Amino acid sequence: MNKTWNNKAWFMVLPVLALVAFNAVIPLMTVVNYSVQETFGNNLFFFEGVKWYREVLASERFHASLLRQFLFTGLILLIEVPLGVAVALAMPRSGPWVSVCLVLMALPLLIPWNVVGAMWNIFALPDIGLLGHTINALGIDYNFTRQPLAAWFTVVLMDVWHWTSLVVLLAYAGLRSIPDAYYQAARIDGASRWSVFRFIQLPKMNRVLTIAILLRFMDSFMIYTEPFVLTGGGPGNATTFLSIDLVKAALGEFNLGIAAAMSIIYFLMTLLVCWVFYTLMTREEAQ
Amino acid sequence: MDLTWMAWTWQTAAFFGLIAGLLCMMMVWEWISPGGGPRHGGLGLDTTRGDRLFISLLGSAYIHLGWLAFTDAPLWGGTVLSIVFAIAVFRWV
Repeated sequence: MNKTWNNKAWFMVLPVLALVAFNAVIPLMTVVNYSVQETFGNNLFFFEGVKWYREVLASERFHASLLRQFLFTGLILLIEVPLGVAVALAMPRSGPWVSVCLVLMALPLLIPWNVVGAMWNIFALPDIGLLGHTINALGIDYNFTRQPLAAWFTVVLMDVWHWTSLVVLLAYAGLRSIPDAYYQAARIDGASRWSVFRFIQLPKMNRVLTIAILLRFMDSFMIYTEPFVLTGGGPGNATTFLSIDLVKAALGEFNLGIAAAMSIIYFLMTLLVCWVFYTLMTREEAQ
Repeated sequence: MDLTWMAWTWQTAAFFGLIAGLLCMMMVWEWISPGGGPRHGGLGLDTTRGDRLFISLLGSAYIHLGWLAFTDAPLWGGTVLSIVFAIAVFRWV
């Protein structure tokens, strides 16, 4: 059969292409340009080749913030995905409570990131904050401004509070899309609650969970505002994640070359993970 | 138009020129042989020519970073390795 190829539709994409060029490609090109030069301000640039890349890749500071970033993202995914699925499973499937649950779940997602950071900062303060004061009243020494472990606990708890709802809503949407016939067949077969989850609900949620994991990975891997407002990267460098370190290098120390090289490495890591998830998703779709 | 804020150098211009050239080449290839040349490759992935170019470019970026991280040798070594990698991707993936 002879196919007719009509590529005129591609012209419809031109406005988007122009938009992407201005808000993504041109800034990215500029970052690449900065990453190979020394900057002295006032548009004075001196070519340095790959010096900044070598420096960043050998830097213990970069390794430490990257490790913290991976640890944070790993913890977030380990907590938020199972918790989100568990909450979605516990939510009613019909009736008036569905709307109440959905609104309650959506609320944290509507709060701006800087407000979340400020809110948790006050909430977790050991002397006046409800959380901090309660934990100390229980006899546990807790002060997120002094103790690295307490700072990590607070940052992770804040993110879990803010973003688990997203996983819940996606998982709930996945659960609602399962036809009743599957549950009826499971009842006839005398399947246990676990078997229903393992062989019906989990496979059917596969796609939305992949999207949820991708979104949570991206967000947590690039997190900046919330921990910056909450802990400022401290105490010491305990919660200095990659994005905070990057801003410190670029704006705090005005090391634009190093910051640009870090940005490119950061971008490549995110790009790789996105590609892996995209490949997994399209492969499942094809199967 | 003043582009000094973008801090262009001939090296970075050549780099982006190469990427743009590759994309143009892919367009010509698609025009000569439409359909994207989809196949089920060695990694168990269904890829088109565009996918293979993307894998080659992303892989090349990581090869160069790895080269910078683990050796003090000139970066050309990484470039040669990347070309070999790209040929392997277009041949087998």
